[in-house]
Amino acid sequence: MKKSVLTLIGLFALNGVALAAPQSFDFKDPKGVNNAVFKLDAVLEATEGSANGISGSVTFDPENPSATKGKIVVTAASLHVPNPMMNEHLHGNQWMEVTKYPEITFEANELKNVKTSGDVTTAEAVGTLTIKGASKEMTIPVKLTYLKDKLGQRVPNMKGDLLVIRSNFTIKRIDFGINPGAPQDKVSNEIELTLSIAGAAPR
Amino acid sequence: MLALAVAAVAVISWLALGANRGWTRTSVPVKSVDAVTGIEGIEYRKQFVPGVDLLGCALIGAAMLSGASFLFRQQQTNQNK
Repeated sequence: MKKSVLTLIGLFALNGVALAAPQSFDFKDPKGVNNAVFKLDAVLEATEGSANGISGSVTFDPENPSATKGKIVVTAASLHVPNPMMNEHLHGNQWMEVTKYPEITFEANELKNVKTSGDVTTAEAVGTLTIKGASKEMTIPVKLTYLKDKLGQRVPNMKGDLLVIRSNFTIKRIDFGINPGAPQDKVSNEIELTLSIAGAAPR
Repeated sequence: MLALAVAAVAVISWLALGANRGWTRTSVPVKSVDAVTGIEGIEYRKQFVPGVDLLGCALIGAAMLSGASFLFRQQQTNQNK
């Protein structure tokens, strides 16, 4: 009897450990909803576009959100603006050089100023942003929403959790060598980025 | 008369197709909200939306046509004399 009770306690403890363990969320979205929007608002011209080639993985522990780490990758060739000539230039050698630099990455090393309320965590992610081969240490605001057991609602016949990450921040294109000689009254130096992505952790 | 028609067609088409004050577009973003995550997804649908560049070209073309017609009329008047 004593042995059975101990075994049961042990199983519960193991279960607790398993539930509290960090989960790895995959951001390759089969529905293609994940996106990064970029806006450049220059004096003479405003440019807006988006990218949906998102992948990467983030390790998130709902019991300890401050330990969140991970890497998000945006395929540079998926950057899109509605004007075909502008799109060609954007991918070309003067601007993003997508064949030479096929990926834009942000690797988060730690979270600071973490505040959690229910399933929502807001924090500042400290990490390295790499665009066109140029890397820069950055601290960006992030909002993480943990959706427990919601994967099945998105992908039928699958069980698991979802993690939604939202972030809005500004970078300077000159810092990353994106056509630094381009006139700033036509193409703004400041690029506003908005990231809206969801990752899945199947069970 | 033809120049006026070209200019009118250009302006009417530009107005009818959205009066886009930016560059000409061949795709437009279509946004839809994912019910589970609340993320606003963006898809691009193929659609031609003329911009001020195309409108400007058409109006310049109309102006050149108008100028050419005046030249042609002047030459004809001189020949008649």
